Amino acid sequence: MLAHAWIIPLIPALAFLLILGIGKKLPRGGSEIGIASVAICFVLALAVAAGWIGRVNNPPEASGSHGAEVEHVDEGPASGSEGEAEPADEEHGAPAAGLAEGQTAAPLTPAAPAAPAAEEEGAEAEEHHATDPVVRNITWFQNGGVEIKVGTLVDGLSAVLLVVVTLISLLVHVFSTDYVAGDRRYTHYFAFLSLFTSSMLFFVLAENTLQMLVGWELVGLCSFALIGHWWEEKPNSDAALKAFLTNRVGDVGLLCGVIILYFAAGQTFDTVAINTMANEGEIRHFLLLVASLSLLTAVMSKSGQFILHTWLPDAMAGPTPVSALIHAATMVVAGVFLIARLYGVFFNGLSIGTSNINAMALIGAVTLLFGAFLAFVQSDIKKVLAYSTVSQLGYMVMALGVGAWTAAIFHLFTHAIFKACLFLGSGSLAHHIHSFDMKKDMGGLRKVMPKTFWTFMIGTAALVAIPPFAGFWSKDEILAGAQQLGGDGGYPVMLVMGTLGAACTGAYMTRAIWYVFFGERRGASATHDMHENGPRITVPLIILAGLAIVAGFTNVPDTGALSWVPEDLALRFEHFVEPTAGYFPGELPSFSHPEFNIVLALVSTLVGLAGVAGAYLWYWKGLGPHGLTERNRFARAGYRVLENKYGLDILYTDVIAGSTKGPIARGVYWFNQNVIDGLVNLVGTSARSAGTWVYQRIDQGVVDTVVNSSGSAAEGSGEVLRKAQTGKVQAYGAYLFLGAAVLAAIFVVIAS
Amino acid sequence: MLLNQFLLLAAVLFCIGVYGVISRRNGVLVLMSIELILNSVNINLVAFSAMTGAVSGQVFALFVIAVAAAEVGVGLAIVLAIFRTHRTVDLDDVDLMKG
Amino acid sequence: MAGLLLAAAANADAPVLVAQNVAFGLIAAMMVFSAVRLVTTDNVVHAAAYLVMVLGGAAAQFILLGAEFIAITQVLVYIGAIVVLFLFGIMLTKAPMKGTEKLSRDNWLLGSLTSLVLLALLGFALLDGFGGDKLPADLAPTDTRAVSDSIFGTYLVPFEVISLLLLAALIGAIVIARRD
Repeated sequence: MLAHAWIIPLIPALAFLLILGIGKKLPRGGSEIGIASVAICFVLALAVAAGWIGRVNNPPEASGSHGAEVEHVDEGPASGSEGEAEPADEEHGAPAAGLAEGQTAAPLTPAAPAAPAAEEEGAEAEEHHATDPVVRNITWFQNGGVEIKVGTLVDGLSAVLLVVVTLISLLVHVFSTDYVAGDRRYTHYFAFLSLFTSSMLFFVLAENTLQMLVGWELVGLCSFALIGHWWEEKPNSDAALKAFLTNRVGDVGLLCGVIILYFAAGQTFDTVAINTMANEGEIRHFLLLVASLSLLTAVMSKSGQFILHTWLPDAMAGPTPVSALIHAATMVVAGVFLIARLYGVFFNGLSIGTSNINAMALIGAVTLLFGAFLAFVQSDIKKVLAYSTVSQLGYMVMALGVGAWTAAIFHLFTHAIFKACLFLGSGSLAHHIHSFDMKKDMGGLRKVMPKTFWTFMIGTAALVAIPPFAGFWSKDEILAGAQQLGGDGGYPVMLVMGTLGAACTGAYMTRAIWYVFFGERRGASATHDMHENGPRITVPLIILAGLAIVAGFTNVPDTGALSWVPEDLALRFEHFVEPTAGYFPGELPSFSHPEFNIVLALVSTLVGLAGVAGAYLWYWKGLGPHGLTERNRFARAGYRVLENKYGLDILYTDVIAGSTKGPIARGVYWFNQNVIDGLVNLVGTSARSAGTWVYQRIDQGVVDTVVNSSGSAAEGSGEVLRKAQTGKVQAYGAYLFLGAAVLAAIFVVIAS
Repeated sequence: MLLNQFLLLAAVLFCIGVYGVISRRNGVLVLMSIELILNSVNINLVAFSAMTGAVSGQVFALFVIAVAAAEVGVGLAIVLAIFRTHRTVDLDDVDLMKG
Repeated sequence: MAGLLLAAAANADAPVLVAQNVAFGLIAAMMVFSAVRLVTTDNVVHAAAYLVMVLGGAAAQFILLGAEFIAITQVLVYIGAIVVLFLFGIMLTKAPMKGTEKLSRDNWLLGSLTSLVLLALLGFALLDGFGGDKLPADLAPTDTRAVSDSIFGTYLVPFEVISLLLLAALIGAIVIARRD
């Protein structure tokens, strides 16, 4: 199955065409095709994951010192298959060499005391570093001696994303059959869900950077189409455009990064080769830095990192299941995936292993904190969740920035589950009242919608990182990474910001729960007959909530205070998912895993609970300085800043976009009015005084003549030139032929 | 046979076509003159194909014929549309671009 | 102009191909005459007839050059379809049949100037560039199979594009010419 992973993106792609073609004629409008295809994909993804687990446990061929055998199936087009065997071997000679080097390089847990567990883990890591990804590719086209390939790369990272994408997509499909039932573009909706699933799977399986670029753009396109699903309403189409255009900014970065890496790595798009070369220092550090910064721009736009995050909350204009699938669980993590996939480039380009602060960690930390602040002032529950997504993506990027690769992917995994649960929960809440405004239209819903309430509570607990829910394990690992990794002394700034973010998360989620589930029923929910939704909505919620409880146990640490955890159960996620091939910077001694720190875990949990408690006291008990924003100027100003989303939208639309038309025009006008007119006036006044003097000396008639004749000359020439514009096409044709003839005559004369 | 005799014939036809395009008032006649020009190109292509023995020239001549068919279709449609709006096919009367 | 071409044909020192040269000269003279009448006649239907003669002459020249398939296509497509289309166009636009209205513009001077300049230039360039180049003496008719192999092999994509272009032109012509 590992070598046949290419089937997985193909199935939903075919489903997309089928739904578009015959979906309208089917009894369920094409949704059955979508669900069937995604279900098949899910099963296949599980098979891939199982295959990968088996491969890690029993590597197909023990890695000798002269390189691991790679199950590298290379298929050329029928004509040229022979010629390709050789480059394929070369291609994989490199990672193998990296591996051999890496095995002599050493201890993976520098901060760990020489506990036997750590030793064993090190040994184990050493052992499973031997597992190479399964690469399979065919030549797409050849051009000027460069072969562009297309293929699949399956390793732990792809496998986990395959499972996540297909699982969430399947649940969202089921949810949608009820949620968008009777929609005016029901078939179109499912067609695009299928196309999105296909593109995302294509992206995560991409074998080279060019393919990633294609997948990246495809998911962006689907996102655009689905945000604008109800494009008849202006805000929706505006939001779709905004998402698309903001992502274009990042796409330029991605394109630049891909091109830089292509040339820096000796004209190859192969991710394995690029990572290997980056790790072995075959690419100049400066090039790596520029490439990683370019790619970081792309990540900032796609994964909603601070200052390019503005499209993500607006993207909530799309249908809620789409928000759950695309704008929370899968597409927005494409940026995180990109970093993870090209981690060798980022790791070396940004000096992650040896520094205490870097651009990526900083961006992540700022995003997680600022996104969390913004979640406080939203009255739309989906916007709260959207900013929460921004904030959690910030955690992931920060984790990658501090070198905690596994923690980032683990958080991606758990976050996809519990955030999908929360989003679908919000969809369930709004299904009857068609409003997401929790201040105006919700409240007191815990009695009438018990299943939604409990699943939402579980999702919230996971998000707020209360042990033992999923979010706790992943967030704790990130914070431990920020504390322990890096050059010396960890990343203190990131640690503090991450912990503060935890408190904010607790507080804003508690606020949302207060508004939605407690208090009096308000607005539409009071007048409307509210009741629990049908099984097609609640069952996905229950499944996701169940997973949100247990998903964290896939990576229970067995170090520190948790050293009693049996080794066979601990760190399964890390064991299987972490890229185990030679191209991963894990081979470098500077890359390591944080160990479980009970104090940090307690502190972060307590901080998170403090946020919850603060919000509880504020809303339930009415404690605290309510009405502060009315009384205090500074508080009001802060609130205003948050309400205006730090003014970024204004910056983009009015300042940056507007400057291409309005301000430039105004500036030119000002220049015209003040500078040119001033000059003219100055010349005029000085000329007048001179003129009165000249008037007496020089014949007035001469001056007049000059002035008049220049005026009439202009008029006359205009009159003459106007005649040339006869509007007669044939005259223009004659001029064209004459001009061409003259030009050709010149060439002939020159040539002969 | 000389290659040049065909090329010169094509050149003559081309120039006559250009004259027709410039000096005819009737839109249909202008289109006919364009056909002349395209035909001279075809003669060139086939002559060079015979000269070099490569078949590509003939293939392109076929493509030119196909494009000419398309061009006549659209061109006559435009002439018809002009005739409907202006009640004339005299291109001198169609001077909306006059400055 | 025809005389020039005839002279060129007569000057060719290839005695074996007299028949072809004579045929070329006659056809070329007919074509040039028809072309000149095509752009000068005052009768639109006559112009169409002259066009048929020029196109037929071109087809004959193609046969002389050994391109039989092109010649047949020329007859089928041009004379069979395009000229008929022109006749439809003439009838639908109710163009005057007699020289009641001048069909040429007053500034024919501009046109003749342009075309003469072009002709001088082309003539000079051709005589300069291909002065005495001879066509192969054993000019066998091209195998139609070779043409089709080339179209459906090397030029398959352009061929598909052309078919799409024809479709687009068809739709475009309908859209432009429809009554509402």
